[in-house]
Amino acid sequence: MSTTPRHSSTPLTRRRFLSATGALGAGTLLAACGGGSASPGSGSASGPAAEPAADTYDGPNVELEFWNGFTGGDGPYMQALVDAFNSEHENVNVRMTVMEWADYYSKLPAAVTSGRGPDVGIMHIDSLSTNAARNVIMPLDDVAAALDLNASDFAEAVWNAGEYAGQRYGIPLDVHPLGYFYNKQVLADAGLDPEDPPMDRDSYEAALEALKSAGVAGHWMSPHTFTGSMTLQSLIWQFGGSLFNDDGTEVTWDQDPAIEALTWMVDAINNDYSPSDVGQDADAIALQNGQTAFNWNGIWHINTLKEVSGLEWGVAPLPNIGGTQAAWAGSHNFVMTSQRRPDENKLDAARVFINWVSQQSLDWAEGGQVPARSSVRESAEFQELTEQAALAQQVDYLRFPPAVPGIGDAFADFDQALNEAVLLTKEPAKALSDAAARATKKLEENRDRYSE
Amino acid sequence: MATTATSPGRTGRRDSTGATSRIRRHAPWTPYAFMAPFLAIFITFVAAPAVFGLWMSLHDWDYMLEVKPFVGFANYLNLFDSTSAAFEMFWNGIRATGIFTVASVPLLVGIPLGLAVLLNRRFPGRTFFRAVFFMPYVLGVAVVGLLFRFVLDPNIGILNAAIDAVGLDSLLNALGVGTPIPWITAQPWAWISLVAMTVWWTLGFNTIIYLAGLQDIPAELYDAAKVDGASSWQQFRHVTLPGLRSVLVFVVVITVLASANMFGQSVLVTGGGPGDSTRTALMVILGEGLESFRMGSAAAMSYLLAVFLGIVSIINVLAVRERRKS
Repeated sequence: MSTTPRHSSTPLTRRRFLSATGALGAGTLLAACGGGSASPGSGSASGPAAEPAADTYDGPNVELEFWNGFTGGDGPYMQALVDAFNSEHENVNVRMTVMEWADYYSKLPAAVTSGRGPDVGIMHIDSLSTNAARNVIMPLDDVAAALDLNASDFAEAVWNAGEYAGQRYGIPLDVHPLGYFYNKQVLADAGLDPEDPPMDRDSYEAALEALKSAGVAGHWMSPHTFTGSMTLQSLIWQFGGSLFNDDGTEVTWDQDPAIEALTWMVDAINNDYSPSDVGQDADAIALQNGQTAFNWNGIWHINTLKEVSGLEWGVAPLPNIGGTQAAWAGSHNFVMTSQRRPDENKLDAARVFINWVSQQSLDWAEGGQVPARSSVRESAEFQELTEQAALAQQVDYLRFPPAVPGIGDAFADFDQALNEAVLLTKEPAKALSDAAARATKKLEENRDRYSE
Repeated sequence: MATTATSPGRTGRRDSTGATSRIRRHAPWTPYAFMAPFLAIFITFVAAPAVFGLWMSLHDWDYMLEVKPFVGFANYLNLFDSTSAAFEMFWNGIRATGIFTVASVPLLVGIPLGLAVLLNRRFPGRTFFRAVFFMPYVLGVAVVGLLFRFVLDPNIGILNAAIDAVGLDSLLNALGVGTPIPWITAQPWAWISLVAMTVWWTLGFNTIIYLAGLQDIPAELYDAAKVDGASSWQQFRHVTLPGLRSVLVFVVVITVLASANMFGQSVLVTGGGPGDSTRTALMVILGEGLESFRMGSAAAMSYLLAVFLGIVSIINVLAVRERRKS
């Protein structure tokens, strides 16, 4: 925990971004002897960075590859946006390729290196810094400038996480917070008010007790990443803790607030508010089947529940269990990948595409997301999307992981601690401290890797 | 599954040694010409990457980063240094792979043998049953994994519901087994589930190999045994098993390697849990190399695993060879 932060003094010069200068391709194999040939900081300015992105593209016909991981209910909404863009723009044809996120993140670097990568992609906010450090994606300051994006139009955390080493790498498309889904029928059957779900710790626990008397385990505690990890992260922040310190150099999930949060989840099992051994997705399915009352799930779950006929359900911001309002969220960001042979026309068209979709983010919200831009979020049209708007209320207290390369490596350990504790094989404090010890080593190694 | 390509070697050799004199003369390079297409693919996609991996394992290797510092044997030494980040992860993975291999190989060698003997008899519907036992094998791991995740779910799965419906739960409770059974979320159930599912899924392959071996045993041997008054057990012990010896070696070696490569079942059904107890060596290596992008370390892990598997395979073959001498 207490190693000297030797990374902070030197800016990331040698492993710097090679930008679209074409050096990347040749650099891959010869890199070991390449040394510090890349120009730092200003490197990207040699290319298209100087001219702002235009609203229209009038060059020759181009094809753009657009990759993402929208395999769920959100995929068709993005495809519809792409189709609309293609029909409005005769000289640009965007082809969207969808794959599992896990595959996407492991394939993308290889595809970029071999020059067969997409032109435009989507990345989660916590992957931006890692991929920026690894030269997978390129700075987008010019796009941000052309889109007239500025910090005030975004939740601060979303905006800051898109920057790495002083440059912007992601254009936020949406935020997708954790929400509080409830089954109205189950609440009514247990004698609770289906229109007024409990919103603080005392009433929440009282409701769980009432549900228990009615023979219902009210909140199924998932030991898996979806949804357990996001629930635990939200709770840790609610109890006043955090996962990492601000600059992402230390793990703090072994401290008291985190132990308190995880203990609250485990106690729910011990008190029979939740069954033990909840399987992957079982918590969400139980809500649909009327076997449980509450499920903290991602905003993308809205469309899944809408498709279940006859289900009486509602959604609200997370109840405040720990004393501080907080909720987990992710954010989808547009990125442009580093190109071996940059094509000016394609880069221009890609900027137009990102610009265009960003302006249509209301249509995207229908897919079950909260638009990243405050102006869209506050529009009357968005407020008509009742469920999404309910979860958008959380936007001021959403939390994201710090923008540190390789931070994702630590989450495997965090998720394992959750798994062990919620499956009752380890005490919460022990599970968390064991995981913190493992993650700390990884963060230390990452500091060395990404600072050289 | 991928290893099946090695099987044709055995029969091919027997034929050629018997007929050497009749083979037409050929240029010295002819055999190599025939091998060339395979060799080209083998060198490109197996040998060269393997050598490259060795090189990688001596570096802190991330192909996207400009600097790939040479670290000597540090990646290997880390795997034996209990203070490194990789140590616990790697050995827990090796342990998980070991448990699965030890638990599944005897079943995957034994059950298909029994099935093959049964399916080798003449009875109505024989072809149908052969197809039935082989059928799960044609399913992909994704299909099988997703299917079993929902069958085995402790709270909403069909298996626990069925146990409940037929009243088996009271019997289980009487035996000291708590219901509902946490099939995929607690040990030892998670291993029992993964092994049972793998046996159901892949036993057809070994059965087919055994069946082919059984059909190679001359019927005269059984006739002679019957004339000598051998019981059916004695026939199995002294005619069938010796006749299957070479097939058995093949099946054992292939099954050990396939079990040691277990990956998809854990990923899809248990997600490596509970804790990291079913996180196999391959899952660890994949995570290290393609999620954390520590490819040097992942390559070192792969090489260590390959060495272990090499040793195990040599022991397998030696064990059978000694029996031949006696």
